[in-house]
Amino acid sequence: LLGDKGYKLPTATKTGTTIVGLIFKDGLVLGADTRATAGPIVADKNCEKIHYLAPNMYCCGAGTAADTEFTTNMISSQLALHSLNTGREPRVVAAMTMLKQHLFKYHGHIGAALVLGGYDSTGPHLFTVYPHGSTDKLPYVTMGSGSLAAMSVFESRWQPGLSRDEGVAMVKDAIEAGIFNDLGSGSNVDVCVITKGNVEYLRNYARPNERVQKEQSYRFRQGVTEFYAPQAARRGQDSAEMDTSA
Amino acid sequence: MSIMQYNGSAMVAMVGKNCVAIAADKRLGQRALTVSTDFEKVFPITDRTYVGLPGLATDVKTLYDKFRMRVNLYKHREERTIEPETFAHLVSHMLYERRFGSYFVEPMVAGLDKNNEPYICVMDVIGCIDSAKDFVVGGTASDNLFGMCESLWEPDLEPNDLFETISQALLNAVDRDALSGWGAVVHIITPEGVITRDIKGRMD
Repeated sequence: LLGDKGYKLPTATKTGTTIVGLIFKDGLVLGADTRATAGPIVADKNCEKIHYLAPNMYCCGAGTAADTEFTTNMISSQLALHSLNTGREPRVVAAMTMLKQHLFKYHGHIGAALVLGGYDSTGPHLFTVYPHGSTDKLPYVTMGSGSLAAMSVFESRWQPGLSRDEGVAMVKDAIEAGIFNDLGSGSNVDVCVITKGNVEYLRNYARPNERVQKEQSYRFRQGVTEFYAPQAARRGQDSAEMDTSA
Repeated sequence: MSIMQYNGSAMVAMVGKNCVAIAADKRLGQRALTVSTDFEKVFPITDRTYVGLPGLATDVKTLYDKFRMRVNLYKHREERTIEPETFAHLVSHMLYERRFGSYFVEPMVAGLDKNNEPYICVMDVIGCIDSAKDFVVGGTASDNLFGMCESLWEPDLEPNDLFETISQALLNAVDRDALSGWGAVVHIITPEGVITRDIKGRMD
């Protein structure tokens, strides 16, 4: 509506992003960078893109940040209720189905591109979910603006039966490829290792972009900023009473 | 021109040692015309939590009234005052409810929780929370404020030092933005109380 009248609509925060997932011998590893952008500006230098879905399931989110946050929260809530209803640990396919059916309903207008991973009674599973509701089931995946940089690392090095340390190192290298080569990704590397019955959430596993110590302090002398005395801020004190006598 | 630039504003919140500060300019404009130099954009939610609303002025007023009602209801039901982080999630939820027809404000929340821990955050128009450990900025002068804060801010500033830092960050940022300025107000929130000051700036 307002867009027709020539007004530019405000930009929502996006996670430009590099997110990845890979399956290794005993489970899976998820990885993400930590930069959130609003247009060309970095809005958050250390945001969390690996979202909790269930005790055995986490989801990386790229795209419109509010959409990934609220969508994963909603499905997490639905999964908890589902788990109580069934009396069982939730399955990754359940989360995948809930996510895709929600996103398809909105025809891509909910801009959430997700890497969903978890370890349930049927083993480790890794999916990608696209904003329009399509899904892929793969042994290694990348999403976001830095996905090409990250995929180049996976395509050259992934093979079945990797060890935990090899998997984590590969995820770290893939995210760093995105951080350094993609403008929409940056800051730190978050990693999440999911195995049978255990999750290791490694927040800021790598910090390759720490700020150097500032050269000097820019603290001001106290009293530099002038301000008005409180009495001057009171309004309406000097409006004269109107004479309403007949 | 963007909707967010129609009325013009500049707002910043910073974390200090056991205190937070939130500051905003006071201009209300209609494109190039300045209509008021006394427009309130930062509102108390509780004794220890303030909300700042940069963006379209009509939505600033509407949202503040809606927040007031929701916080009063919360207080009646919970029989306690709302914590800043809880309030921020309340705001976020209210914004996302309007996902495909949003309010044109990017709210920021600043406050001390029940253990006097500082909390600040800012949201985009659809409620994505960015809770920073150092500072948050908003309004038409946000790019300028990013530059000022990134340079001037340091951790563990005492209330009096935090006042100087946040004031100078705001004053110098708005001087490079045509749509904000014309007076500014700063609130310093400490465990002992809130100090509110109207700071002297350029009126052009």
